[in-house]
Amino acid sequence: MSEATPNLNHPSMTRAQVVDAYFMEHRARLLDVAAFLDRIDRAGSGTDDFRMNAYRGAIALLLDGKPERTRRILELLSDPSTTPIAAAHVKGATGAHNPIGKVH
Amino acid sequence: MYIDPHVHMVSRSTDDYVHMARAGCVAITEPAFWAGYDRSSPQGFFDYFRQLTESEPRRAAQYGIRHHTWLCINPKESEDPVFAREVIALIPEFLKKENVLGIGEIGLNKNSRNEMEILEAHLQLASDHNLLVLVHTPHLEDKLKGTLLILDAIRRFPKLDPGRVLIDHVEEHTAKHVLDRGFWCGMTLYPDTKCTPQRAVDIIETYGSERIWMNSAGDWGHSDPIAVPKAQMEMRRRGHLESLVRQVTFGNPQRFLSQSGRFSAEPLQPTAPDITR
Repeated sequence: MSEATPNLNHPSMTRAQVVDAYFMEHRARLLDVAAFLDRIDRAGSGTDDFRMNAYRGAIALLLDGKPERTRRILELLSDPSTTPIAAAHVKGATGAHNPIGKVH
Repeated sequence: MYIDPHVHMVSRSTDDYVHMARAGCVAITEPAFWAGYDRSSPQGFFDYFRQLTESEPRRAAQYGIRHHTWLCINPKESEDPVFAREVIALIPEFLKKENVLGIGEIGLNKNSRNEMEILEAHLQLASDHNLLVLVHTPHLEDKLKGTLLILDAIRRFPKLDPGRVLIDHVEEHTAKHVLDRGFWCGMTLYPDTKCTPQRAVDIIETYGSERIWMNSAGDWGHSDPIAVPKAQMEMRRRGHLESLVRQVTFGNPQRFLSQSGRFSAEPLQPTAPDITR
């Protein structure tokens, strides 16, 4: 296992120590993701809505080998428009941008 | 010892106060927010502002916790500008209450034109009275757009010093935008949305600890009023110095909030319940 360059605000953990500290909880979360996708498959036929399309796109970002995965996934899930909408007809959010038009 | 600078205690139980006090909470600030339903009249907000400035400080004091508040009509109830302006007109008479730190949590929810109009009305009020500002940024897919719209809106009020404005609920895609413009930023520790304690510590490690705090934003939804001490544990788990833990969970909120001239985190002897009320 290689050693990480110490961060100014993160002086003491090596790459190996990060894995030692967090592997088990993130192994569990990885299995939760897999189980979620399996659950959708078992639910039968149908097509993914915009949320699951975004979710699968986010999974691809995890594997592209580039840094700042969290920021890039959050940006992928975000509304890319830049001007206020005419009116808010709902209060809630869905967790992913709907590219074919919002319900509000 | 810690400060929770954003928690909605009117929605929490006395058990929560006990758990927070035992975990080391010495002071809180409670922004005005959405009750989970729309109030039917401005009078409903008048009563809410009395709760925030009169009864909730007494309740917190029974647990040795100093209570402060922020006033506004929240963006989820800002879609009717006439109604919202009637509520804003109530705020000045409450500004003289000793636990009021400023205007908050204002901002945007769905990034609509009416929400923006009322955000600007609040910013004008804060500018006119030289008040601190606590800003809510939208949820989930609306956060990035809303944060950028809010930062541009604040820029239109040159009397508002970015060092006296805190942009809350930042995540990895918004923290840098906020910090680069000179504002303070808050990270909200939620079980499902916003930041986990682990991600909040990641953000500190990535963007630094100078103008940043953590809060629980505990309310009537799925939330954890002792999330801040859990983040302290996460920092210690990674080997961060105790001085850094104290800075981001006590020193930083104390530094920002003290600009109001009304904030105190001095030890408070728990008071007896007032049986006359």
